[in-house]
Amino acid sequence: MAISTAISPRHTVSGPVHAGGSAGPQGGASVTLRGIARAFGDKQVLRRVDLHIPAGQFVAIVGKSGCGKSTLLRLIVGLDQPTDGHITLSGVTAGEEKTAADGVRIMFQEPRLLPWERVRGNVEVGLGRDLPKAERQAVATRTLEAVGLGDRGGEWPSVLSGGQKQRVALARALASGPRLLALDEPLGALDALTRIDMQRLIEKVWSDQGFTAILVTHDVSEAIALADRILVIDQGTIAADLAVSSPRPRHRGDPELAALEGRIIDALFNDQAAGI
Amino acid sequence: MSDATLKPPAAATARTIAFPPEAALAPPVGERAPPGRIAGVSSALAGRIAGGNLIGWLVPALIVIVWEALSRIGYLQPNVLPAPSAIVAAAIRLTASGQLPESIGVSTLRALAGFVVGGGVGLALGLANGLSRLSEKLTDTSLQMVRNVPHLALIPLVILWFGIDEGAKLFLVALGVFFPMYINTLHGIRNVDPQLIEMGRIYGMKQGELFWRVILPGALPSIFVGLRYALGIMWLTLIVAETIAAESGIGHMAMQAREFLLVDVVMLSIIIYALLGKAADSIARLLERLSLQWHPAYRK
Repeated sequence: MAISTAISPRHTVSGPVHAGGSAGPQGGASVTLRGIARAFGDKQVLRRVDLHIPAGQFVAIVGKSGCGKSTLLRLIVGLDQPTDGHITLSGVTAGEEKTAADGVRIMFQEPRLLPWERVRGNVEVGLGRDLPKAERQAVATRTLEAVGLGDRGGEWPSVLSGGQKQRVALARALASGPRLLALDEPLGALDALTRIDMQRLIEKVWSDQGFTAILVTHDVSEAIALADRILVIDQGTIAADLAVSSPRPRHRGDPELAALEGRIIDALFNDQAAGI
Repeated sequence: MSDATLKPPAAATARTIAFPPEAALAPPVGERAPPGRIAGVSSALAGRIAGGNLIGWLVPALIVIVWEALSRIGYLQPNVLPAPSAIVAAAIRLTASGQLPESIGVSTLRALAGFVVGGGVGLALGLANGLSRLSEKLTDTSLQMVRNVPHLALIPLVILWFGIDEGAKLFLVALGVFFPMYINTLHGIRNVDPQLIEMGRIYGMKQGELFWRVILPGALPSIFVGLRYALGIMWLTLIVAETIAAESGIGHMAMQAREFLLVDVVMLSIIIYALLGKAADSIARLLERLSLQWHPAYRK
């Protein structure tokens, strides 16, 4: 598969993806949540969540469907407002319309590409209109190269495969050099092999660029493969906060990781049994 | 026919070039690949249009041949249904006298004027009501009530108001064209993927950029459906209006010919209407294909 060619060994890429871009990587943003609660009508989705994520950390949030993990992510990036508590990003209170300005980018389960713009145009969406056009194109091309799609910039999105579309979405998110990248189950719709490719790519750009990454997933093994730290969300609270200290790159099937995976899954299901 | 039968293999080859399974299999021409590919797609498109049109004209041609033959053997009476050659002769005669070009010009101008007014207002109101809840609440109920009146039922009233002037025809055409444009524009805007709009907001698009880059292109396929409907209604309305009351134009030419039992001219008028309608639709389809290249359904 061609995708594997895109995952070049780490030493071939030196420095940030787009050195020279005006919005270069500025390091990660730290995230602090204090007493965050969110209710939709009578349903209390999140209750008094306190959390600190240091700059540059890769955090995975796992939990069963409807546990509030996506809501937590949407609150952090400012797509939704908490009913109580407050959130700060690197000391600045998060709020509406701040996502772009604060260097926060989000990637969804769907690529959400504009079908009427070519691949490069879609990546340019991530750069805003302030940059001169020539520079936008140059940065978009470089970012596409970094995700292994350097020669597909002139294509329509509709001819790309699902994995390639998600790569374009990743390039769009990375183009402006974000300080916080929120990933809302971005690989949930991909097949197993493409998913492993994308996991490696995300890990690579994260270690190259040094942004803070928050990954929401229901795939425990994905969380373990990528994250420094895993938060298990259950019934609107953080049920477990586990550090994953294994060195990178991690190998699937590593017994230590497998044991951790078993513990997390046990935690998820024991809680469910206790909850009922 | 042979042209058409050759198409599928050619299209299949174009497809294998245009859709390499993965990036690594693409020819190593880098940035040059996409323009070449697009040129290939558009030339294939032109070929398909030509091929499709050839097949499309096959049945009309056959009908004309049979019709001419039946007239020649005296089966069809010339005062009931004149031969195609007689209609062509009438066309040449009227073109030479200048009446035919003038009538076509007058009718086309009327159609377009009504179309621009009605279509423009329909598009504008469709956009306004699609983008603003307030605007929709204010106007949509009234518009839906008016929509349920067949616009041709207003002919007596329109004649009372405008006489048989240009104003009457312009009003009727504009009214007929308005609703398909309005409804399809509104529907198009309503059906723009809300996830794309959310994406645009997250990426800091302002209202203007969001409209031009996300909402309008998303609504465009539906707007084109409205446009093609509107063009059909435009000719229909004009024919009725010109036939009932007009002092110039193709409808007037037909009614005048009826007085003098010139069946060939009546037939010619009907055929001219058919050709004008077909031409308008072809132009709309060409515009559709050009502006919706991104859409898989219009690319092939």
